[in-house]
Amino acid sequence: MKRKDFIQNTAVATAFLGLGGLSTLSFKPETRRHITILHTNDVHSHIEPFGPEEGRNAGLGGVARRATLIEKIRQENPNTLLLDAGDIFQGTPYFNFYGGELEFKLMSKLKYDAATIGNHDFDNGIDGLYAQLPHADFDFIISNYDFKNTIMDGQTKDYRVFHKDGIKIGVFGLGIELQGLVNDKLYKETKYLDPVEMATEIGAKLKNEENCDLVICLSHLGYQYKGDKISDIKLARATSNIDLIIGGHTHTFLERPTVETNKKGNKVLVNQVGCYGLYLGRVDFFLDENKNIEADGVKIAID
Amino acid sequence: MKFKFLITLLSPLLICCKGTEKNSRNVAEISSERISINSEIIADQEIDEFIKPYQKHLNATLDSVLAYNPTLLSKNDGDLNTAIGNLMADVVMQQASPVIEKRSGRKIDIVLLNHGGIRSELPSGDITTRSAYNLMPFENEIVVAELTGAQLKEMLKYLEKAKTAHPISGIKIKANRDYKIREATIKGEKIDKNETYFVATSDYLFNGGDNMNFFRDPVNVYAADYKIRNALIDHFTKTDTIRAKIDDRYIRE
Repeated sequence: MKRKDFIQNTAVATAFLGLGGLSTLSFKPETRRHITILHTNDVHSHIEPFGPEEGRNAGLGGVARRATLIEKIRQENPNTLLLDAGDIFQGTPYFNFYGGELEFKLMSKLKYDAATIGNHDFDNGIDGLYAQLPHADFDFIISNYDFKNTIMDGQTKDYRVFHKDGIKIGVFGLGIELQGLVNDKLYKETKYLDPVEMATEIGAKLKNEENCDLVICLSHLGYQYKGDKISDIKLARATSNIDLIIGGHTHTFLERPTVETNKKGNKVLVNQVGCYGLYLGRVDFFLDENKNIEADGVKIAID
Repeated sequence: MKFKFLITLLSPLLICCKGTEKNSRNVAEISSERISINSEIIADQEIDEFIKPYQKHLNATLDSVLAYNPTLLSKNDGDLNTAIGNLMADVVMQQASPVIEKRSGRKIDIVLLNHGGIRSELPSGDITTRSAYNLMPFENEIVVAELTGAQLKEMLKYLEKAKTAHPISGIKIKANRDYKIREATIKGEKIDKNETYFVATSDYLFNGGDNMNFFRDPVNVYAADYKIRNALIDHFTKTDTIRAKIDDRYIRE
Protein backbone atom coordinates (compact mmCIF):
# COMPACT_ATOMS: atom_id res chain seq x y z
CA MET A 1 0.00 0.00 0.00
CA LYS A 2 2.83 2.39 0.82
CA ARG A 3 4.86 1.78 -2.30
CA LYS A 4 6.91 4.86 -3.06
CA ASP A 5 7.83 6.12 -6.48
CA PHE A 6 10.67 8.53 -6.58
CA ILE A 7 10.39 11.21 -9.18
CA GLN A 8 13.53 13.12 -9.87
CA ASN A 9 15.96 13.94 -12.56
CA THR A 10 19.03 11.75 -12.53
CA ALA A 11 21.71 14.38 -11.91
CA VAL A 12 19.81 15.55 -8.88
CA ALA A 13 19.41 11.99 -7.68
CA THR A 14 23.14 11.54 -7.43
CA ALA A 15 23.52 14.82 -5.63
CA PHE A 16 20.87 13.90 -3.12
CA LEU A 17 22.29 10.50 -2.37
CA GLY A 18 25.69 12.09 -1.75
CA LEU A 19 24.27 14.64 0.60
CA GLY A 20 22.05 12.15 2.34
CA GLY A 21 25.06 10.10 3.24
CA LEU A 22 26.89 13.13 4.49
CA SER A 23 24.11 14.50 6.60
CA THR A 24 23.80 11.31 8.60
CA LEU A 25 27.46 11.71 9.52
CA SER A 26 27.48 15.41 10.22
CA PHE A 27 24.11 16.28 11.69
CA LYS A 28 21.88 14.93 14.40
CA PRO A 29 18.82 13.22 12.98
CA GLU A 30 16.42 15.40 15.02
CA THR A 31 17.38 18.46 13.02
CA ARG A 32 15.13 17.18 10.26
CA ARG A 33 11.69 18.80 10.53
CA HIS A 34 8.51 17.28 9.22
CA ILE A 35 5.53 19.38 8.06
CA THR A 36 2.33 17.75 6.85
CA ILE A 37 -0.06 19.63 4.57
CA LEU A 38 -3.59 18.23 4.29
CA HIS A 39 -5.97 19.66 1.75
CA THR A 40 -9.42 19.54 0.19
CA ASN A 41 -11.07 21.50 -2.63
CA ASP A 42 -14.53 21.84 -4.18
CA VAL A 43 -16.25 19.98 -1.37
CA HIS A 44 -19.50 21.64 -2.53
CA SER A 45 -21.56 21.12 0.61
CA HIS A 46 -21.04 17.36 0.61
CA ILE A 47 -21.60 16.71 4.29
CA GLU A 48 -22.82 13.11 4.19
CA PRO A 49 -21.14 10.29 2.24
CA PHE A 50 -22.69 9.50 -1.15
CA GLY A 51 -25.55 6.99 -0.93
CA PRO A 52 -25.21 3.39 -2.14
CA GLU A 53 -26.95 4.16 -5.43
CA GLU A 54 -25.13 7.32 -6.35
CA GLY A 55 -23.08 6.04 -9.27
CA ARG A 56 -19.30 6.10 -9.27
CA ASN A 57 -19.11 8.05 -6.01
CA ALA A 58 -21.37 5.59 -4.13
CA GLY A 59 -20.28 5.11 -0.54
CA LEU A 60 -17.47 7.67 -0.73
CA GLY A 61 -16.82 10.94 1.08
CA GLY A 62 -18.38 12.30 4.26
CA VAL A 63 -17.16 14.94 6.69
CA ALA A 64 -17.31 12.72 9.79
CA ARG A 65 -14.95 10.20 8.18
CA ARG A 66 -12.65 13.00 7.06
CA ALA A 67 -12.56 14.14 10.70
CA THR A 68 -11.33 10.70 11.85
CA LEU A 69 -8.63 10.63 9.20
CA ILE A 70 -7.38 14.15 9.94
CA GLU A 71 -7.28 13.47 13.66
CA LYS A 72 -5.22 10.32 13.10
CA ILE A 73 -2.71 12.19 10.95
CA ARG A 74 -2.49 15.04 13.47
CA GLN A 75 -1.68 12.51 16.19
CA GLU A 76 1.13 11.14 14.03
CA ASN A 77 2.40 14.61 13.23
CA PRO A 78 1.12 17.60 15.20
CA ASN A 79 2.93 19.88 12.74
CA THR A 80 0.09 19.67 10.29
CA LEU A 81 -1.77 22.35 8.34
CA LEU A 82 -5.28 21.73 7.00
CA LEU A 83 -6.26 23.85 3.99
CA ASP A 84 -9.14 24.18 1.52
CA ALA A 85 -8.97 25.65 -1.98
CA GLY A 86 -12.52 26.98 -2.28
CA ASP A 87 -16.01 26.10 -3.51
CA ILE A 88 -17.04 25.06 -0.05
CA PHE A 89 -20.63 26.01 -0.90
CA GLN A 90 -23.29 24.69 -3.26
CA GLY A 91 -24.06 21.17 -4.35
CA THR A 92 -26.42 19.63 -1.82
CA PRO A 93 -29.61 20.88 -0.13
CA TYR A 94 -27.54 21.51 3.02
CA PHE A 95 -26.37 24.69 1.34
CA ASN A 96 -29.82 25.69 0.12
CA PHE A 97 -31.30 25.13 3.56
CA TYR A 98 -28.62 26.49 5.85
CA GLY A 99 -26.70 28.86 3.57
CA GLY A 100 -23.26 27.40 4.35
CA GLU A 101 -23.55 27.57 8.13
CA LEU A 102 -23.02 23.84 8.59
CA GLU A 103 -20.10 23.72 6.14
CA PHE A 104 -18.22 26.45 8.04
CA LYS A 105 -19.09 25.02 11.47
CA LEU A 106 -17.82 21.60 10.49
CA MET A 107 -14.62 22.98 8.95
CA SER A 108 -14.07 24.83 12.23
CA LYS A 109 -14.60 21.62 14.19
CA LEU A 110 -12.12 19.85 11.91
CA LYS A 111 -9.73 22.75 12.73
CA TYR A 112 -9.09 23.95 9.21
CA ASP A 113 -6.29 26.51 9.29
CA ALA A 114 -7.32 28.42 6.17
CA ALA A 115 -9.37 28.39 3.00
CA THR A 116 -9.51 30.45 -0.13
CA ILE A 117 -12.70 31.60 -1.86
CA GLY A 118 -14.17 29.84 -4.89
CA ASN A 119 -16.69 31.19 -7.39
CA HIS A 120 -19.53 29.14 -5.87
CA ASP A 121 -18.88 30.68 -2.48
CA PHE A 122 -20.66 33.73 -3.95
CA ASP A 123 -23.79 31.70 -4.79
CA ASN A 124 -25.83 33.36 -2.04
CA GLY A 125 -24.27 36.67 -2.96
CA ILE A 126 -21.35 38.37 -1.28
CA ASP A 127 -23.78 39.19 1.55
CA GLY A 128 -24.58 35.49 1.90
CA LEU A 129 -20.89 34.70 2.27
CA TYR A 130 -20.38 37.52 4.76
CA ALA A 131 -23.35 36.35 6.83
CA GLN A 132 -21.71 32.94 7.36
CA LEU A 133 -18.29 34.26 8.43
CA PRO A 134 -19.11 34.18 12.16
CA HIS A 135 -19.37 30.38 11.84
CA ALA A 136 -15.80 30.05 10.51
CA ASP A 137 -12.93 29.80 13.02
CA PHE A 138 -10.39 29.81 10.22
CA ASP A 139 -8.99 32.45 7.90
CA PHE A 140 -10.08 33.23 4.38
CA ILE A 141 -6.95 33.91 2.43
CA ILE A 142 -7.19 35.56 -0.97
CA SER A 143 -4.89 38.18 -2.44
CA ASN A 144 -6.33 38.97 -5.86
CA TYR A 145 -9.89 39.94 -4.94
CA ASP A 146 -10.12 43.58 -3.97
CA PHE A 147 -13.13 43.74 -1.64
CA LYS A 148 -12.66 47.43 -0.77
CA ASN A 149 -16.10 48.52 -1.98
CA THR A 150 -17.93 45.48 -0.61
CA ILE A 151 -19.16 44.16 2.71
CA MET A 152 -16.21 41.69 2.70
CA ASP A 153 -13.71 44.54 3.09
CA GLY A 154 -11.26 43.61 5.86
CA GLN A 155 -12.64 40.09 6.26
CA THR A 156 -9.95 38.28 4.31
CA LYS A 157 -6.16 38.17 4.38
CA ASP A 158 -3.75 38.37 1.44
CA TYR A 159 -1.54 35.81 3.13
CA ARG A 160 -0.70 34.30 6.48
CA VAL A 161 2.48 32.91 7.96
CA PHE A 162 2.05 29.77 10.06
CA HIS A 163 4.75 28.64 12.49
CA LYS A 164 5.10 24.90 12.95
CA ASP A 165 8.06 23.37 14.77
CA GLY A 166 10.21 26.39 13.97
CA ILE A 167 9.29 26.23 10.31
CA LYS A 168 7.65 29.25 8.70
CA ILE A 169 4.96 28.39 6.20
CA GLY A 170 3.59 31.22 4.10
CA VAL A 171 0.13 30.64 2.66
CA PHE A 172 -1.49 32.99 0.17
CA GLY A 173 -4.65 32.65 -1.91
CA LEU A 174 -5.76 33.27 -5.48
CA GLY A 175 -9.30 33.35 -6.87
CA ILE A 176 -10.65 32.89 -10.37
CA GLU A 177 -11.96 35.74 -12.54
CA LEU A 178 -15.62 36.13 -11.59
CA GLN A 179 -16.89 38.07 -14.59
CA GLY A 180 -18.77 35.75 -16.92
CA LEU A 181 -18.64 32.95 -14.35
CA VAL A 182 -20.72 34.46 -11.56
CA ASN A 183 -23.65 36.81 -11.94
CA ASP A 184 -22.33 40.30 -11.15
CA LYS A 185 -25.30 40.89 -8.87
CA LEU A 186 -23.74 38.27 -6.61
CA TYR A 187 -20.12 39.45 -6.37
CA LYS A 188 -21.04 43.14 -6.63
CA GLU A 189 -17.97 45.40 -6.67
CA THR A 190 -15.37 42.71 -6.00
CA LYS A 191 -12.39 43.58 -8.19
CA TYR A 192 -10.33 40.82 -9.74
CA LEU A 193 -6.59 41.49 -9.78
CA ASP A 194 -4.04 39.73 -11.97
CA PRO A 195 -3.10 36.47 -10.22
CA VAL A 196 0.43 36.23 -11.64
CA GLU A 197 1.24 39.77 -10.50
CA MET A 198 -0.13 39.11 -7.03
CA ALA A 199 1.63 35.75 -6.77
CA THR A 200 4.92 37.36 -7.82
CA GLU A 201 4.58 40.17 -5.30
CA ILE A 202 3.39 38.09 -2.37
CA GLY A 203 5.61 35.12 -3.16
CA ALA A 204 8.66 37.38 -2.99
CA LYS A 205 7.42 38.99 0.21
CA LEU A 206 6.88 35.60 1.87
CA LYS A 207 10.27 34.20 0.82
CA ASN A 208 12.43 37.31 1.23
CA GLU A 209 10.80 39.50 3.87
CA GLU A 210 8.89 37.00 5.99
CA ASN A 211 11.69 34.44 5.47
CA CYS A 212 9.27 31.59 4.94
CA ASP A 213 10.74 28.13 4.54
CA LEU A 214 7.74 26.99 2.53
CA VAL A 215 5.36 28.98 0.36
CA ILE A 216 1.97 27.51 -0.44
CA CYS A 217 -0.54 28.98 -2.84
CA LEU A 218 -4.20 28.12 -2.28
CA SER A 219 -5.68 28.56 -5.72
CA HIS A 220 -9.14 28.40 -7.22
CA LEU A 221 -7.85 29.23 -10.71
CA GLY A 222 -8.23 25.71 -12.08
CA TYR A 223 -5.63 23.10 -13.00
CA GLN A 224 -5.18 23.66 -16.75
CA TYR A 225 -7.06 25.05 -19.77
CA LYS A 226 -6.66 24.74 -23.52
CA GLY A 227 -6.56 28.49 -24.18
CA ASP A 228 -4.66 31.37 -22.61
CA LYS A 229 -6.67 31.38 -19.40
CA ILE A 230 -4.46 31.45 -16.32
CA SER A 231 -4.27 28.10 -14.52
CA ASP A 232 -2.26 26.48 -11.75
CA ILE A 233 0.15 24.98 -14.28
CA LYS A 234 0.68 28.37 -15.95
CA LEU A 235 1.02 30.05 -12.56
CA ALA A 236 3.66 27.53 -11.45
CA ARG A 237 5.77 28.25 -14.54
CA ALA A 238 5.30 32.03 -14.46
CA THR A 239 6.33 32.65 -10.83
CA SER A 240 9.41 32.12 -8.67
CA ASN A 241 8.74 31.53 -5.00
CA ILE A 242 5.97 28.96 -4.68
CA ASP A 243 6.73 25.46 -3.42
CA LEU A 244 3.23 24.01 -3.58
CA ILE A 245 0.03 25.05 -5.34
CA ILE A 246 -3.10 23.51 -3.89
CA GLY A 247 -5.71 23.92 -6.59
CA GLY A 248 -9.42 23.63 -7.20
CA HIS A 249 -12.25 24.65 -9.53
CA THR A 250 -11.65 22.16 -12.36
CA HIS A 251 -12.48 19.13 -10.16
CA THR A 252 -9.24 17.53 -11.35
CA PHE A 253 -8.49 14.19 -9.71
CA LEU A 254 -4.70 14.01 -9.50
CA GLU A 255 -3.33 10.75 -8.18
CA ARG A 256 -0.12 12.56 -7.34
CA PRO A 257 1.06 16.17 -7.59
CA THR A 258 2.28 17.41 -10.94
CA VAL A 259 5.87 18.60 -10.78
CA GLU A 260 6.45 21.83 -12.71
CA THR A 261 9.51 24.03 -13.05
CA ASN A 262 9.23 27.68 -12.08
CA LYS A 263 10.81 30.78 -13.61
CA LYS A 264 14.00 30.27 -11.58
CA GLY A 265 14.27 26.62 -12.54
CA ASN A 266 13.08 25.32 -9.19
CA LYS A 267 10.48 22.62 -8.72
CA VAL A 268 6.86 23.48 -7.90
CA LEU A 269 4.25 20.93 -6.96
CA VAL A 270 0.68 21.37 -8.20
CA ASN A 271 -1.95 19.25 -6.51
CA GLN A 272 -5.75 18.93 -6.56
CA VAL A 273 -8.00 16.21 -5.17
CA GLY A 274 -11.07 16.29 -7.42
CA CYS A 275 -14.17 17.30 -5.51
CA TYR A 276 -16.96 16.51 -3.02
CA GLY A 277 -14.61 15.44 -0.21
CA LEU A 278 -14.00 12.09 -1.89
CA TYR A 279 -10.31 12.37 -1.13
CA LEU A 280 -7.99 14.09 1.29
CA GLY A 281 -4.75 15.35 -0.22
CA ARG A 282 -1.56 14.95 1.80
CA VAL A 283 1.87 16.39 1.10
CA ASP A 284 4.73 15.86 3.57
CA PHE A 285 7.74 18.16 3.56
CA PHE A 286 10.95 17.10 5.30
CA LEU A 287 13.24 20.03 5.89
CA ASP A 288 16.93 19.73 6.61
CA GLU A 289 19.13 22.21 8.37
CA ASN A 290 21.81 21.30 5.90
CA LYS A 291 22.03 24.51 3.98
CA ASN A 292 23.99 23.21 1.06
CA ILE A 293 21.20 21.16 -0.42
CA GLU A 294 20.22 23.17 -3.41
CA ALA A 295 16.61 23.59 -4.31
CA ASP A 296 17.18 21.31 -7.24
CA GLY A 297 18.18 18.55 -4.88
CA VAL A 298 14.61 18.08 -3.74
CA LYS A 299 13.70 14.46 -3.70
CA ILE A 300 10.07 13.97 -4.49
CA ALA A 301 8.66 10.72 -3.30
CA ILE A 302 5.09 10.00 -4.15
CA ASP A 303 3.02 7.31 -2.59
CA MET B 1 33.67 10.02 -2.49
CA LYS B 2 34.83 12.88 -4.61
CA PHE B 3 31.44 14.49 -4.35
CA LYS B 4 31.31 14.33 -0.57
CA PHE B 5 34.68 15.95 -0.38
CA LEU B 6 33.53 18.84 -2.47
CA ILE B 7 30.50 19.41 -0.33
CA THR B 8 32.48 19.37 2.88
CA LEU B 9 34.67 22.05 1.50
CA LEU B 10 31.73 24.10 0.36
CA SER B 11 29.62 23.83 3.49
CA PRO B 12 31.21 26.50 5.65
CA LEU B 13 31.30 28.85 2.73
CA LEU B 14 27.61 28.51 2.05
CA ILE B 15 26.67 28.91 5.67
CA CYS B 16 28.66 32.09 5.95
CA CYS B 17 27.21 33.49 2.77
CA LYS B 18 23.63 32.82 3.68
CA GLY B 19 24.07 34.08 7.21
CA THR B 20 22.61 32.45 10.27
CA GLU B 21 20.10 35.14 11.19
CA LYS B 22 17.89 34.15 8.29
CA ASN B 23 17.94 30.59 9.53
CA SER B 24 16.05 29.31 6.51
CA ARG B 25 15.71 25.62 5.91
CA ASN B 26 15.74 23.70 2.73
CA VAL B 27 13.29 21.10 1.61
CA ALA B 28 15.12 17.81 1.60
CA GLU B 29 12.29 15.50 0.73
CA ILE B 30 8.66 15.68 -0.21
CA SER B 31 6.24 12.81 -0.24
CA SER B 32 2.57 12.80 -1.02
CA GLU B 33 -0.47 10.62 -0.79
CA ARG B 34 -4.05 10.85 -2.02
CA ILE B 35 -6.22 9.32 0.65
CA SER B 36 -9.62 7.94 -0.30
CA ILE B 37 -12.42 8.78 2.11
CA ASN B 38 -14.27 5.47 2.09
CA SER B 39 -16.20 3.12 4.36
CA GLU B 40 -12.97 1.73 5.82
CA ILE B 41 -12.71 4.95 7.83
CA ILE B 42 -14.99 5.01 10.85
CA ALA B 43 -16.97 8.23 11.08
CA ASP B 44 -16.08 10.55 13.96
CA GLN B 45 -18.94 10.21 16.39
CA GLU B 46 -18.91 13.77 17.66
CA ILE B 47 -19.08 15.15 14.12
CA ASP B 48 -21.82 12.69 13.22
CA GLU B 49 -23.87 13.80 16.24
CA PHE B 50 -23.33 17.42 15.31
CA ILE B 51 -24.66 16.88 11.80
CA LYS B 52 -27.73 14.89 12.90
CA PRO B 53 -30.15 17.68 13.84
CA TYR B 54 -29.41 19.48 10.57
CA GLN B 55 -29.87 16.23 8.67
CA LYS B 56 -33.14 15.46 10.45
CA HIS B 57 -34.63 18.85 9.71
CA LEU B 58 -33.40 18.71 6.12
CA ASN B 59 -34.84 15.26 5.49
CA ALA B 60 -38.14 16.14 7.12
CA THR B 61 -38.49 19.09 4.74
CA LEU B 62 -37.15 17.32 1.67
CA ASP B 63 -39.36 14.29 2.18
CA SER B 64 -42.56 16.13 2.99
CA VAL B 65 -45.14 15.23 0.36
CA LEU B 66 -46.20 18.11 -1.88
CA ALA B 67 -48.20 16.41 -4.64
CA TYR B 68 -49.07 13.10 -6.25
CA ASN B 69 -47.76 11.90 -9.60
CA PRO B 70 -49.88 9.12 -11.18
CA THR B 71 -47.33 7.97 -13.80
CA LEU B 72 -43.58 7.84 -14.21
CA LEU B 73 -42.38 10.79 -16.29
CA SER B 74 -39.14 10.43 -18.21
CA LYS B 75 -37.44 12.77 -20.66
CA ASN B 76 -36.89 9.83 -22.99
CA ASP B 77 -40.60 9.27 -23.61
CA GLY B 78 -41.67 11.31 -26.60
CA ASP B 79 -40.27 12.57 -29.89
CA LEU B 80 -40.17 16.38 -29.92
CA ASN B 81 -42.13 16.93 -26.75
CA THR B 82 -42.13 14.98 -23.52
CA ALA B 83 -44.59 14.99 -20.64
CA ILE B 84 -41.91 15.95 -18.14
CA GLY B 85 -40.50 18.70 -20.39
CA ASN B 86 -43.99 20.08 -21.01
CA LEU B 87 -44.59 20.10 -17.27
CA MET B 88 -41.39 22.04 -16.58
CA ALA B 89 -41.94 24.58 -19.35
CA ASP B 90 -45.58 25.09 -18.33
CA VAL B 91 -44.57 25.54 -14.70
CA VAL B 92 -42.05 28.25 -15.68
CA MET B 93 -44.80 29.95 -17.72
CA GLN B 94 -47.41 29.83 -14.95
CA GLN B 95 -45.14 30.70 -12.06
CA ALA B 96 -42.92 33.37 -13.62
CA SER B 97 -45.39 35.19 -15.86
CA PRO B 98 -47.10 37.14 -13.02
CA VAL B 99 -43.66 38.13 -11.66
CA ILE B 100 -42.51 39.41 -15.05
CA GLU B 101 -45.81 41.17 -15.70
CA LYS B 102 -45.39 43.13 -12.48
CA ARG B 103 -41.92 44.21 -13.54
CA SER B 104 -42.44 44.90 -17.21
CA GLY B 105 -46.16 45.20 -17.81
CA ARG B 106 -46.06 42.24 -20.20
CA LYS B 107 -46.72 38.55 -19.83
CA ILE B 108 -44.36 35.80 -20.94
CA ASP B 109 -45.17 34.70 -24.50
CA ILE B 110 -43.10 31.58 -24.74
CA VAL B 111 -40.80 29.41 -22.66
CA LEU B 112 -37.75 27.54 -23.92
CA LEU B 113 -35.66 25.27 -21.70
CA ASN B 114 -33.15 22.58 -22.62
CA HIS B 115 -33.72 18.85 -22.73
CA GLY B 116 -30.37 18.27 -21.00
CA GLY B 117 -31.57 20.37 -18.08
CA ILE B 118 -34.10 17.72 -17.07
CA ARG B 119 -31.82 16.02 -14.58
CA SER B 120 -33.96 13.11 -13.41
CA GLU B 121 -37.17 11.22 -13.93
CA LEU B 122 -40.25 11.99 -11.90
CA PRO B 123 -41.29 8.64 -10.45
CA SER B 124 -44.92 7.78 -9.93
CA GLY B 125 -46.20 8.27 -6.41
CA ASP B 126 -45.56 11.01 -3.89
CA ILE B 127 -43.75 14.09 -5.10
CA THR B 128 -41.56 15.77 -2.51
CA THR B 129 -39.23 18.74 -2.31
CA ARG B 130 -36.46 16.22 -2.90
CA SER B 131 -38.08 15.37 -6.26
CA ALA B 132 -37.69 19.02 -7.26
CA TYR B 133 -34.03 18.97 -6.19
CA ASN B 134 -33.44 15.82 -8.24
CA LEU B 135 -35.19 17.27 -11.26
CA MET B 136 -33.37 20.58 -10.96
CA PRO B 137 -30.28 20.36 -8.76
CA PHE B 138 -28.78 23.56 -10.18
CA GLU B 139 -29.44 27.07 -9.01
CA ASN B 140 -30.52 28.36 -12.40
CA GLU B 141 -32.89 31.29 -12.38
CA ILE B 142 -35.61 32.24 -14.79
CA VAL B 143 -34.77 35.15 -17.07
CA VAL B 144 -36.94 36.66 -19.76
CA ALA B 145 -35.43 37.91 -23.00
CA GLU B 146 -37.42 40.24 -25.19
CA LEU B 147 -36.61 38.97 -28.70
CA THR B 148 -37.61 40.26 -32.11
CA GLY B 149 -39.62 38.13 -34.55
CA ALA B 150 -36.41 37.74 -36.55
CA GLN B 151 -34.58 36.42 -33.49
CA LEU B 152 -37.42 33.95 -32.93
CA LYS B 153 -36.84 32.64 -36.46
CA GLU B 154 -33.22 32.05 -35.42
CA MET B 155 -34.54 30.11 -32.47
CA LEU B 156 -36.63 27.95 -34.80
CA LYS B 157 -33.57 27.29 -36.95
CA TYR B 158 -31.75 26.20 -33.81
CA LEU B 159 -34.55 23.78 -32.97
CA GLU B 160 -34.52 22.37 -36.51
CA LYS B 161 -30.85 21.57 -36.16
CA ALA B 162 -31.12 20.32 -32.58
CA LYS B 163 -33.82 17.72 -33.44
CA THR B 164 -34.32 17.47 -29.70
CA ALA B 165 -37.32 17.68 -27.40
CA HIS B 166 -36.22 20.94 -25.79
CA PRO B 167 -39.10 21.84 -23.47
CA ILE B 168 -41.31 24.65 -24.80
CA SER B 169 -44.50 26.35 -23.77
CA GLY B 170 -46.70 29.04 -25.41
CA ILE B 171 -45.58 28.20 -28.94
CA LYS B 172 -46.90 25.51 -31.27
CA ILE B 173 -44.46 24.03 -33.79
CA LYS B 174 -45.15 21.65 -36.66
CA ALA B 175 -42.19 20.11 -38.48
CA ASN B 176 -41.94 17.71 -41.37
CA ARG B 177 -40.39 14.27 -41.10
CA ASP B 178 -36.90 15.79 -41.47
CA TYR B 179 -37.46 18.25 -38.61
CA LYS B 180 -37.85 21.17 -41.03
CA ILE B 181 -40.31 23.56 -39.36
CA ARG B 182 -43.50 24.06 -41.44
CA GLU B 183 -45.48 26.20 -39.06
CA ALA B 184 -44.94 28.01 -35.79
CA THR B 185 -47.69 29.91 -33.99
CA ILE B 186 -47.95 31.88 -30.76
CA LYS B 187 -51.50 32.16 -29.40
CA GLY B 188 -52.71 30.98 -32.83
CA GLU B 189 -50.85 33.75 -34.68
CA LYS B 190 -47.85 33.45 -36.98
CA ILE B 191 -44.61 35.04 -35.79
CA ASP B 192 -44.52 38.71 -36.79
CA LYS B 193 -41.10 39.99 -37.82
CA ASN B 194 -41.94 43.47 -36.53
CA GLU B 195 -43.15 42.30 -33.13
CA THR B 196 -41.13 41.52 -30.03
CA TYR B 197 -41.79 38.48 -27.85
CA PHE B 198 -41.10 37.71 -24.21
CA VAL B 199 -39.14 34.46 -24.08
CA ALA B 200 -38.54 32.91 -20.66
CA THR B 201 -35.52 30.65 -20.24
CA SER B 202 -32.84 29.81 -17.69
CA ASP B 203 -29.92 32.14 -17.03
CA TYR B 204 -27.67 29.27 -18.16
CA LEU B 205 -29.20 29.17 -21.65
CA PHE B 206 -29.54 32.94 -21.82
CA ASN B 207 -25.80 33.24 -21.26
CA GLY B 208 -25.00 31.01 -24.23
CA GLY B 209 -25.42 27.55 -22.71
CA ASP B 210 -26.14 24.79 -25.28
CA ASN B 211 -25.10 27.29 -27.98
CA MET B 212 -28.43 29.10 -27.90
CA ASN B 213 -26.86 32.12 -29.55
CA PHE B 214 -30.17 33.72 -30.53
CA PHE B 215 -30.32 35.03 -26.95
CA ARG B 216 -27.11 36.97 -27.49
CA ASP B 217 -28.54 40.34 -28.47
CA PRO B 218 -31.99 40.76 -26.91
CA VAL B 219 -34.06 43.94 -27.08
CA ASN B 220 -34.42 43.75 -23.30
CA VAL B 221 -33.77 41.35 -20.43
CA TYR B 222 -35.82 40.91 -17.30
CA ALA B 223 -34.59 38.86 -14.36
CA ALA B 224 -37.34 37.02 -12.52
CA ASP B 225 -35.06 36.44 -9.50
CA TYR B 226 -36.84 33.12 -9.31
CA LYS B 227 -35.08 29.77 -9.35
CA ILE B 228 -36.49 27.13 -11.67
CA ARG B 229 -36.41 24.67 -8.77
CA ASN B 230 -38.40 27.03 -6.57
CA ALA B 231 -40.95 27.48 -9.35
CA LEU B 232 -41.32 23.68 -9.41
CA ILE B 233 -41.64 23.47 -5.63
CA ASP B 234 -44.24 26.26 -5.63
CA HIS B 235 -46.19 24.52 -8.36
CA PHE B 236 -46.07 21.12 -6.63
CA THR B 237 -47.15 22.74 -3.37
CA LYS B 238 -50.36 24.07 -4.86
CA THR B 239 -51.08 21.02 -7.03
CA ASP B 240 -52.81 17.92 -5.76
CA THR B 241 -52.29 15.54 -8.68
CA ILE B 242 -49.79 16.21 -11.43
CA ARG B 243 -51.31 16.08 -14.90
CA ALA B 244 -48.52 16.04 -17.45
CA LYS B 245 -48.73 14.57 -20.90
CA ILE B 246 -47.22 14.51 -24.34
CA ASP B 247 -49.30 16.78 -26.62
CA ASP B 248 -49.14 18.49 -30.01
CA ARG B 249 -47.08 21.56 -29.07
CA TYR B 250 -44.02 20.38 -31.00
CA ILE B 251 -44.53 17.55 -33.44
CA ARG B 252 -43.27 15.98 -36.67
CA GLU B 253 -45.48 14.81 -39.50
